[in-house]
Amino acid sequence: MSLYLLRRLLQAALVMLAMSVIVFVGVYAIGDPVEILISPDADQMERERAIKALGLDLPLWMQYLSFLGNALRGDLGRSFVFNEPALQLILQRMPATLELAFGATIMALIIGIPLGLYAGLKPKSFGAKCIMTGSILGFSLPTFWVGLMLIMVFAVQLGWLPSTGRGETVDVMGMRWSFLTWDGLRHLAMPALNLALFKISLVIRLTRAGVRETMLMDFVKFARAKGLTNRRVISVHVFKNIMIPVVTVVGLELGSTIAFSVVTESVFAWPGMGKLIIDSINVLDRPVIVAYLMIIVLMFITINLLVDLSYSALDPRVRLENK
Amino acid sequence: MTALTAAAPTLEVRNLQTHFFTRAGVVKAVDDVSFSVGRGKVLGLVGESGSGKTVTGFSILGLVDEPGRIVGGSILFHGQDLAKQSEEQMRQLRGNRIAMIFQDPMMTLNPVLRIDTQMIETVQAHTKVSKEEARQRARDTLGMVGIPSPDERLKSYPHQFSGGMRQRVAIAIALLHRPELIVADEPTTALDVTIQAQILAEVQKLCAETGTAMIWITHDLSVVAGLADDIAVMYAGKVVEKGEVAPVLDMPLHPYTAGLIGSVPSRNKRGEPLKQIPGMTPNVMRLPPGCAFRTRCAYATEVCKQEVPFGEVAPGREVRCFHPLFPAKQGEAA
Repeated sequence: MSLYLLRRLLQAALVMLAMSVIVFVGVYAIGDPVEILISPDADQMERERAIKALGLDLPLWMQYLSFLGNALRGDLGRSFVFNEPALQLILQRMPATLELAFGATIMALIIGIPLGLYAGLKPKSFGAKCIMTGSILGFSLPTFWVGLMLIMVFAVQLGWLPSTGRGETVDVMGMRWSFLTWDGLRHLAMPALNLALFKISLVIRLTRAGVRETMLMDFVKFARAKGLTNRRVISVHVFKNIMIPVVTVVGLELGSTIAFSVVTESVFAWPGMGKLIIDSINVLDRPVIVAYLMIIVLMFITINLLVDLSYSALDPRVRLENK
Repeated sequence: MTALTAAAPTLEVRNLQTHFFTRAGVVKAVDDVSFSVGRGKVLGLVGESGSGKTVTGFSILGLVDEPGRIVGGSILFHGQDLAKQSEEQMRQLRGNRIAMIFQDPMMTLNPVLRIDTQMIETVQAHTKVSKEEARQRARDTLGMVGIPSPDERLKSYPHQFSGGMRQRVAIAIALLHRPELIVADEPTTALDVTIQAQILAEVQKLCAETGTAMIWITHDLSVVAGLADDIAVMYAGKVVEKGEVAPVLDMPLHPYTAGLIGSVPSRNKRGEPLKQIPGMTPNVMRLPPGCAFRTRCAYATEVCKQEVPFGEVAPGREVRCFHPLFPAKQGEAA
């Protein structure tokens, strides 16, 4: 087990290294931040001073090496715009995005699994057909449009929920969280639902497919032949088997939600990382972009590892044993 | 116990019909099947793939899935008609008084649950006992079916067992409540011959000791010859011949039974090609009228296009055929 973890960590380090090269070169290729950051009225002297101060006068490979050296010490550079450490800037926004992503994922599971179970167990019923049609809508309606419609209905017309911001927040461990207050929850509800819609559809379809496949297995029939109640057969025998694909996909989805909740954050003016990265790309704030992408890579690696570890909890056949 | 109740069969199936209503038409998977099996007896239910043996077994346990339905006949278990029981009444019988063993031991145990979970839940589904008591019972039953160090094995997952061991676990699960009837659906087909022989011997012993009645579904006549007391031969959803094992195998009356016996490989005809029944099992969706076997039968005549009655043609011998193969008649024909 520890050997396995060690190997995984080594792999992770290599992936991070490779990604840092790609990201660094990629961001360099996008454009020259000098043109945007320095006022057009500045004279040659001022320009050169600024370029030197930002470290942009060095050749690319030297810039990269100094970035790498700093990164190993936990310093991902300073934002050109805010003149704050990029890492700190991102971490300040992180709780907002995290609670949005987790809220959406929890919603997807709480709503998606029961609906998927129902659709899988009674595939011919009217309800199941409605659920499946609804899930097609969930897949195909564009997020920004659904977001706008939610605001129209629940904020503008009905006035039930606030349309922008995080609302009241509470400080826990130096970070601001809004899911701990009623006002914060009210602010969280709509953006989370908006973000969850696609995932709900995904979970419904996965669960339904899994249920329909598993119900035909001999072990389900055998479980019924043992005289177990239907409830037990479904909630233990079937459920444990369908959780494997659901956990895989939802786990990976969690990563992409955290990384790319940009649209929802923009629509609901949710002050998360997604909004920060869009703003940073607009002004070519290289250190923030690079730091953000590195954090996202790290997060994907971590989530992948957690998903792999959760397999061994769910499926004894892939359990990692020290033999 | 009086002589009368001792003689009453544990299970009596009368004119059972289980049909599947598919979009393409009605599949008469089981169409007029009758047999009975008494306490401590073994009935061999024999037939080719698709002859309706397995569906018969599932019908008895009330486990026929949609779009299948029992449309006629009765299944009398100690005189009580199982076809008329509610789902909850059937649940209480299943795994408790009637148990089933499945064909493929690699598929019958849930791969993600430990053996103890799968056994304890079976005990607790029918009796109110503590988890500890249930575990004890599971352990004792595992020991009974010949699994070494059952205490440790209880903590294993199915994939940690070999095929033969898994089938023993499945048999142990079937035996947990000392059922009065076991439906065994080709339980040794997926196993190699030595394991098959061990399991057959143990099952036979258990049946004799506990008085359990058993329906042994198989396509293997040699298994039936060694294990069963009675035999019922199925073809295209119907029982075509029924009787005690020895006379049926020694002197089959239905041409299909004779064909099945003729196609068993034997040691004393070395060098000869194996005999086979010409043709294939008919499509159950489009059965020819009359005898379903007539298209493959050497003895078929015009009369076989009519509905064939199932009846006793000699003492203890029931056949569904217009031309039963009595040795005398065979002599006449020659």
